[in-house]
Amino acid sequence: MNVRLYVWQRLTAAVMAPLVLVHIAVILYATRQEMTAADILSRTRGSIAWASFYALFVAAASIHASIGVRNVLAEWSPLSDRRAGLFAVIFGLALLALGFRAVAAVVLT
Amino acid sequence: MLAELSVSLWRGAHEGRYETYAVPQRESQTVLDVVTYVQRHLDPTLSYRFACRVGVCGSCAMTVNGKPRWTCRTHVSKVAGGGRLEIGPLENLPVIKDLATDMAPFFEKWQQAKGAFAPSQTRNDPIAQIKPDSPARVAADAAIECINCGVCHAACDTVRWNADYFGPAPLNRAWTLVNDERDSGNIARLQAVSAVGGCHSCHSHQSCQELCPQSLNPTAAIAGLKRRSMAAYLKGEITA
Repeated sequence: MNVRLYVWQRLTAAVMAPLVLVHIAVILYATRQEMTAADILSRTRGSIAWASFYALFVAAASIHASIGVRNVLAEWSPLSDRRAGLFAVIFGLALLALGFRAVAAVVLT
Repeated sequence: MLAELSVSLWRGAHEGRYETYAVPQRESQTVLDVVTYVQRHLDPTLSYRFACRVGVCGSCAMTVNGKPRWTCRTHVSKVAGGGRLEIGPLENLPVIKDLATDMAPFFEKWQQAKGAFAPSQTRNDPIAQIKPDSPARVAADAAIECINCGVCHAACDTVRWNADYFGPAPLNRAWTLVNDERDSGNIARLQAVSAVGGCHSCHSHQSCQELCPQSLNPTAAIAGLKRRSMAAYLKGEITA
């Protein structure tokens, strides 16, 4: 890992730390209140705040995870550094697409 | 009457096997004493490396019961559970023969990490005045007593997994120079340790500081390099 990837991984970790706490708090709140899917969707749909929150979360997680996967592949698989990087970019883009699709599903009306 | 030790020694090069010898146990016996006994009394073809025998030169490191140790300062009584010793060459380095490894790849990493002092003055300039209690000198002093034994290199998981990784000792050396006010090569050094295989590859497992015979903490030195090189990158002084 070079310094550029290191900076991106630490930066996205710093962004995710508070987001993870809020995300867990939301899960606990929703389950304790015994909210149904319809209840939740009625609050998230059309909400710019939730759209922004989870879009940022997805972007940070995609970058963070793909750098981590790149390191695992570079160290533990026979793939070259370049191929590990290529795979990680594809993996990150897939996470980004799946994540944004999920965000769109809960915030778009 | 002390017992006999059962001592298994690696014989061969990359391919080889452990052979077992019976060595008399003695008071205050070191692991190096045991290896020397085998070579002098049981099998003169045994190859191993040592020089000073007092923990200064860093020549005699070997794998002792699974862990890298400086054998001249490792007492048998501390490591030989049940009177058994298994002694092999250092890991993560090519084996020349028996217990002697080729240290060339280790020292090549020192070169890659720009572990050589880059003077900023000539011999005609006055001697630099460095305050011993300045923060930079305190940081350099904390890491300076490396004896180049290779124990940290053999102990490091990241060295094992990542052929490009410089390893703890070269990066620890680079950290002493980063904190040396007389040195002029820091931008090039931070650039070198920020590349693939540099300080950012360290996983902070801390085996280096656990096993360093000099009780140095290369993990802390590497963490310092991470901070310093990240700052240099964000300021645009080095590139990725």
